[in-house]
Amino acid sequence: MLKFDRVTKVYKVGAFGGGEFTAVRDASFEVRPGEVVSLIGESGSGKSTLGKMALRIASVSKGKITCDGIDVSTLRGHRALKDYYRKVQGVFQDPFSSYNPIFKADRVFSMIREEYYPEVSQSEWQDRVAEALKVVRLDPNQVLGKYPHQLSGGQLQRMLLARALLLDIDYLVADEVISMLDASTRIDVLNLLADLKARGMGILFVTHDLALGNYISDQTVILYKGEIVERGVTEKVFSDPRHPYTKKLFASVPQFHKKWEEVEAELRAKEAADTSTHPYHLEEGQEVPSELVQVSEGHYVQPFHRRAAV
Amino acid sequence: MTLEVSDLRVYYRTLRGDVRALDGPTFTVADGEIMGLAGESGSGKSTLSKSLIRLDGRMRYIGGSVTLDGDEMPIWDDRAMDEFRYKRVSIIPQYAMSAMNPTRKIGKMIAELLESRGVRFRDVRDELHRRLELVELERDVLDRYPLELSGGMKQRTVMVISTLLNPSLLIADEVTSALDVSTQRAVAETLVEFRDREFVKSMIVVTHDISLVYQIADTIMVMYGGRLAEKASAKTIIEMPKHPYTKMLLDSLPEVGVKYEDKRLSGIPGSPPGLLNPPQGCRFRDRCPLADKQCLEQPPFVEVESDHHVACWKAE
Amino acid sequence: MTAAQPLPDPTTAPEEPAVATPKAPRLEALYFALRNPKLVVGLSIVLLFLLVGLVVPPFLEHTPGERYAPPLLPPSAEHWFGTTQFGQDLFTQFVYGIRSTFLVGFLGGGIAAVIGMTIGFVAGYKGGWIDEVLNMLTNVVLVLPTLAVLFIIAAYVDSYGVVTQSFFIGMTSWPWAARAVRSQALSLSSRDFVDLARLSGVRPWKIIVRDIAPNMSSYLFMTFILLFGGAVLAAAGLDFVGLGPNDGMSLGLIMHQAVKWGALQLGVWWWFVPPGLGITAIVGSMYVMNVGLDEVFNPKLREM
Repeated sequence: MLKFDRVTKVYKVGAFGGGEFTAVRDASFEVRPGEVVSLIGESGSGKSTLGKMALRIASVSKGKITCDGIDVSTLRGHRALKDYYRKVQGVFQDPFSSYNPIFKADRVFSMIREEYYPEVSQSEWQDRVAEALKVVRLDPNQVLGKYPHQLSGGQLQRMLLARALLLDIDYLVADEVISMLDASTRIDVLNLLADLKARGMGILFVTHDLALGNYISDQTVILYKGEIVERGVTEKVFSDPRHPYTKKLFASVPQFHKKWEEVEAELRAKEAADTSTHPYHLEEGQEVPSELVQVSEGHYVQPFHRRAAV
Repeated sequence: MTLEVSDLRVYYRTLRGDVRALDGPTFTVADGEIMGLAGESGSGKSTLSKSLIRLDGRMRYIGGSVTLDGDEMPIWDDRAMDEFRYKRVSIIPQYAMSAMNPTRKIGKMIAELLESRGVRFRDVRDELHRRLELVELERDVLDRYPLELSGGMKQRTVMVISTLLNPSLLIADEVTSALDVSTQRAVAETLVEFRDREFVKSMIVVTHDISLVYQIADTIMVMYGGRLAEKASAKTIIEMPKHPYTKMLLDSLPEVGVKYEDKRLSGIPGSPPGLLNPPQGCRFRDRCPLADKQCLEQPPFVEVESDHHVACWKAE
Repeated sequence: MTAAQPLPDPTTAPEEPAVATPKAPRLEALYFALRNPKLVVGLSIVLLFLLVGLVVPPFLEHTPGERYAPPLLPPSAEHWFGTTQFGQDLFTQFVYGIRSTFLVGFLGGGIAAVIGMTIGFVAGYKGGWIDEVLNMLTNVVLVLPTLAVLFIIAAYVDSYGVVTQSFFIGMTSWPWAARAVRSQALSLSSRDFVDLARLSGVRPWKIIVRDIAPNMSSYLFMTFILLFGGAVLAAAGLDFVGLGPNDGMSLGLIMHQAVKWGALQLGVWWWFVPPGLGITAIVGSMYVMNVGLDEVFNPKLREM
């Protein structure tokens, strides 16, 4: 289990590190094996920072991230980190920036071999690569031996997924992996994530796109300005959003068959019908606590002031 | 008709030959129409929108005509286009927000822009203030530097600037794609309001996000491989598309509420054709499940139902 | 997703027209290099001097300090560059001087390049407090009055040859290189492919050497050339004011002696003009080469 326990990230800003900027505050959630958790937020919500912390590219300021019980920030030394990356890997947003432009794209595979499997023979390695490429539905002849600029964004992202497969990882951080791909082919890459999940992989799917999050994930975490405002089983969060920010997000996302006004009217009607007071409603003047409150089984929301405008 | 485009062809010059980025679209935009222009990268949608304003160095006008309110636009003549640009046809460019000179106050920038078009700033100042108010911007943004504004504020400022002279046609090029969903909606709705208040007569909203144009557009035109695939009312495109590309594209887009366990969507196999030496006939042929011999010939873009144009032999 | 032609999409990639001669960014650079007059001329001059300095000395009968000829002879067939007041052959001195000039350039420039690049790369890649400490160090050395330090060192060190001189020059001239390399390395380090290398368990130094440095090889090369030229000039300056090596010969030293023994007043132009021209030609060609290289590596400056 990849567990985030009250994770906070503070960046020092300004001259001499005098100022502070809190990118993530007290975020707690988990990614279980064979489960996709989508981390949904707008730019600046801290969603990518959470992914980077899980990958140890950014450090944790407070709280801890544990992977199968081991505190990630205690991993000291090259050896320990290397072992960690055997279990947890990442794929990033921009496929073209993920490859060193002056080398061939398949270098991402040879790097893995050099570092992790130096004892594997060339022919066996080729078989393994071919096998991994098959899983991500790529034809080795079309992608091996080519430079990144000769391949499409979709092919490059698939190769990165294949790279993760070579390591036989348990968890994958997928940070906006399809947002730069063409509309007609992006869904196939998304489906691949679902296939990896079926193989038992736990996936942290970072996205700004509600529809994508809904399509693929079991759990949803909604981030707003560095704080988790709502999280839980995807169906529950999507069918019954409680936090004003979540509602606003749902009302703003353009849909196909419903116009904005209709969606907004529905949400309004629901709100008007529900006059009861819930434990997550705060009195005027009350501070927003950092603990989320349970709405129903497996659905949590950050307490808010009833008439709070986001 | 505000805009009539006929067989417009604009190619990109490269060392290896011409890239046929825009290959003969013919269509019209009616008075008061907001037309969504959708397509993937390489579909020609950006080339089309740029052609209506200014051909950049590598773009070459090959043929066809563009008529705005009955007057032919000399899009091949950069100088002569000055008569049209900004005054009668205006654009909100994709990176408008970063295009603003950061060292110039916004008010000063607007004044300079107007002077360069032969309009006195004083004559339009009151209108400018009114419109800023309308998009919920304080008058004092004029005394501020672009750096001091948020993304959404900048985008609204640019919208006001580009429509200040009430152009007939406004082209909005991916204006919302860099914005967050919540700001996106406000900007998109402002576009509609500008049309309703007749600041602009008609509008082309270029985007890769069909669900967004569905929210605000009257009609949607889908492009593929430098050509037109389909044009109809927004509702028709979403609910009863006829071109296989439109159908498959829509089927590949997840919508809020769709989960892969219930309904596994699939993309369109293959990738868009290279336009350096595009394949003969229908450009979607290679990826189309319905394609046969007939498709080796280029399908015409014809009206199959009232106000529903499709370029496909198989469309009924 | 099948055969994806790398379609040069005119809408998203306006910078890169479809020139894509796929395999050969390096060959392409060579192609432009051979057609760049600045680079070709600069390189030819530098190589010519280098060749003279390397090849000629073994064929000379006398050492540069040997006093065997009549004094103050103007250039002639016997003594190509004339002789000094002490009857030393100026051509011999000149040739040996070129030798030490290149030695200073390679050694001084090389030491500065190694220190500057190491510090720059580590600071840019690691960031954080390491960056701050290294930055401080760089700034301290940067504001050191280099010449004054060299004066003091030169005055106190006994056996002081060209190698020692190069060493001190190298030790003091790296800061700007460190700064330049740091800023480049910093921007490259934030690229995703560097993160991906980290996630592949690659050690930091290996990432620097194999992922970051190759992406700025042209930049590093140019940095070295500038350091080389800088070292040559610094050495000439020291030599000229009399703080040159006390065992050895250099172009700066020739000029120093010329001035010291009144060649200017006596109108013995052949004593000081050739070494002055030599230094100017070598350093000047280096800078011209640098401009040429910039044009080759930076496509925006290429004249099509």
